[in-house]
Parts: sequence; C-alpha cells; structure tokens
Amino acid sequence: MTNDDPVVDDGLQTVRLSVNGTRRTVAVPAHRTLLDGLREEVGLPGTKSCCAEGECGACTVLLDGKAVNSCLVLCVEAEGHEVTTVEGLSADGLTDLQEEFLNAGAVQCGFCIPGQVVSAEYLLRTNPSPDEAEIREALSGNLCRCAGYQRIVRAVQATAVRRGAAQ
Amino acid sequence: MPKYYRPTTRADALAALAEGGAGARPLVGGTDLLVGLRHHTLEPDLLVDLKAVTDLPEPIAVDDEGMRFGATCTLGELVEHPVVREWYPALVEAALTVGSVAIRNRASLVANSCNASPAADTAPPLLVHGARVTIASLDGDRTAALDDFFLGPRRTLCGPGELVTRIELPRPAPGSGAAFRRLTRRRGVDLATVSVAAGVGPDGALVLGMGAVGPRPLRAEVPGPVDLDDEASLAPALDRLLAAATPISDVRGSREYRLATLRVLTTRAVRTAASRRNPREMAS
Repeated sequence: MTNDDPVVDDGLQTVRLSVNGTRRTVAVPAHRTLLDGLREEVGLPGTKSCCAEGECGACTVLLDGKAVNSCLVLCVEAEGHEVTTVEGLSADGLTDLQEEFLNAGAVQCGFCIPGQVVSAEYLLRTNPSPDEAEIREALSGNLCRCAGYQRIVRAVQATAVRRGAAQ
Repeated sequence: MPKYYRPTTRADALAALAEGGAGARPLVGGTDLLVGLRHHTLEPDLLVDLKAVTDLPEPIAVDDEGMRFGATCTLGELVEHPVVREWYPALVEAALTVGSVAIRNRASLVANSCNASPAADTAPPLLVHGARVTIASLDGDRTAALDDFFLGPRRTLCGPGELVTRIELPRPAPGSGAAFRRLTRRRGVDLATVSVAAGVGPDGALVLGMGAVGPRPLRAEVPGPVDLDDEASLAPALDRLLAAATPISDVRGSREYRLATLRVLTTRAVRTAASRRNPREMAS
C-alpha cells in the first residue's frame, strides 16, 4: 500500500493539509478527529477539547475559511484543505478581536475563548457589522460555563466598531 | 475501526457501498456520524466520503418546476440561497434551528433525512412540501416520496449498497404558505422536544409535518377550506391532523407535555403559514 492508496487498512493514513498557512503532513488512523490531529500531531493546543461531540464549540476552527467543529471532522477529511486555528488568527500577536475580549473582561476561566474567538472572527468576516441578535446567533454553538456571554457580545460589538472605523 | 475511502466518481462510491454492504456508511458532514463513532453506537467497517465525488448532483439546482438538493448540500448553503428563502421559508426556519453555525457549515440536508431521527429538524418542512428522494445503487436509480422513505427510528428505504443522491421539492403552489415551529430546552445545539411544519394551500387545505412525536417524522393533511379564524372549523381540523402523533416520554419532555405543546405550536405554525400566503394568488 502506498500513501496514495485511498483505502486505509488498520494502519495509519498520511494526510497532507495546510495549517495556519504552513503545509503539514501527519499520519493518523482513519478515526482520528481533526481536533486530536491538530493538538497531538501538529502540536497546536490552542484548539480546545471539551465535549468532543459538537455541543460546546471549544474546538471551533476555520476549514477553508468556514467555522466548523474540529471534533466532528476526521483528520483524513482535511486532506488537501486549509485549516486555521486560533494560533493562526494571532500569528502576529493579539488580534483586535482578542484585544477587545480583554478590554471587555470577556475572558474568565478562558477555556472556551479560543472557540469563541474563532467563531466571532468567522462572523465578522462574513458579516462585518452584526447586530446583537446576529452575534448571539453566531455564538450560540459556543458555550461558556463561566456565563460570560454579555461581555463576549460586547467584545464582538467593539471589534466591529473598531474595524468599521479603521476602514 | 473503520477504513476511510474517498472516491472521486459516483460509480466508485456506489461500488464501495455495494461491496461494504451493511458495514459501509456514506460520509458527508459527519455531524451525526462522528458522534456515533465516538459513542460506539455506530461501528461501520468503511466510511465512504462523498465530498470529493465530482459527478454527484450539484448541491443546489433550481428551475421553474422546483429545486433539487444534492447529497453534499450543507444546511449553511441551503439557508443562504435566495430562492430557497423565497420558496421554502419553513425549510429555512427548520435548518436554522439545527445545531449551530459550525454544525450547519458541515451538516447535509439529505443526510438529515437519511439518518431518519424522529426529531430530524428538516424533515417536517420537506414532508409538507412533498419532497421526493432519489436512491441510487449499482442497479440504477429509483425515486420515492419522503413520506414513504421513513420506515421507523433510524430506518429508511435506503438499504445496504444504496445512496440517496438528492432530494427534490416541487415549487410551492401560488397562494400557499408554510412555516416551522420548534420547542427545545435551550436555544442552540439541542434536539427538538417537539417540532412542526405547517402548510396552508391556496384553497385553505392544511398539511403538517411533525417531528419528535412519533417513531419517525410524520405527515398529515386535511382538505380545505379550513377557516382559521373560526374555532369551530379549526379545532376539528387540528384534531384530525394531530391524531397521528404518538409521542413518548423521555428526557426532553413527557408524552402529555409533547401533545399539549404540539397543539400550541401547530396553531402558531398554521397561522404564520396562512399569513405568508399572497392574497392575490389565493382561491376565492
């Protein structure tokens, strides 16, 4: 069997993908999730593992620019695709969105924040001036057990205003 | 542990599903499948990823007769499509209740019906609109009404070696309207306690699609006209429509609670559906 063989036996399958703009090659069993692949094979622990069944949003990443739950994507499905994690959003230091999370006091225990940030970034890229209802809808798949929702919404609103003013 | 196969042609996909038999599962969004793998409620031998197949029906196609949705159409694509929003507002409302933005960016409309959860959110509006499914295999294609497709909990007409390649919806009749209502315990990422889609025809006929109140999504209809403003006309119509509902008691609600809320949601959905009709197109 070669790496190009599409059927994997019980061994590992080689997956070539782009992570945060860098080409990566990982060898994983077919059932390994993208979440586990990113954390354990690629070595990027910013994407959080929590419910691991699409309920909480802590593992949200961008797959070809679209927000997805990386716990519900197999690593092998990412072959040939582009993944952006929270580390990739902030390669040049904190983003304006992350700064506004800090300014708003939106970060309490912090565990949900990478997922919140990626979901909010996806929202702002697809809808640069969302109203509060649109923000709450966009983040409805991201649970915060500290219940810091008001401040998270405010951080997203402030980022939208800041980006609007910068244009 | 399953093997993973990513064919690029429909013929290869169907051949793999035929060879894999009951142990093979098509994979599109994976939003249900991966949860099943994690909990070992699903233990397929082979996953056939359809997303790289180049000759399956396109995700969304529209013509004067209606719309067709391919197996790879995501709920995110569905809710953004302007014609879907105009023709099938109940379907958009239902799709928007599924999971979250991130779930909808992956989840497949066709697969939502194929998984045949009694609570499948998009099934009620598809039933209201008279959806038909196309089932492909190495032996050729066949079609069936979605109402006949659902056999029971997690059971459909689509058997081993078969693949649902598309769902088609006729264009709604002029002067008709539809709406969807759902009850959940929390706003995001929850399954329906009760869901219902209602359609009101140009002649005042009523059709319902109901979720989470039976072993499969249910369809019921009564001929028109039903006078929605007259309780003496509406109440017996609702009695007939809701007679098919046989909910169970579970963690999301008791049988009695479901029956009570189903009637309330149905009344609301019917009234909203009626309000969406174009008065100039309605039969007098």
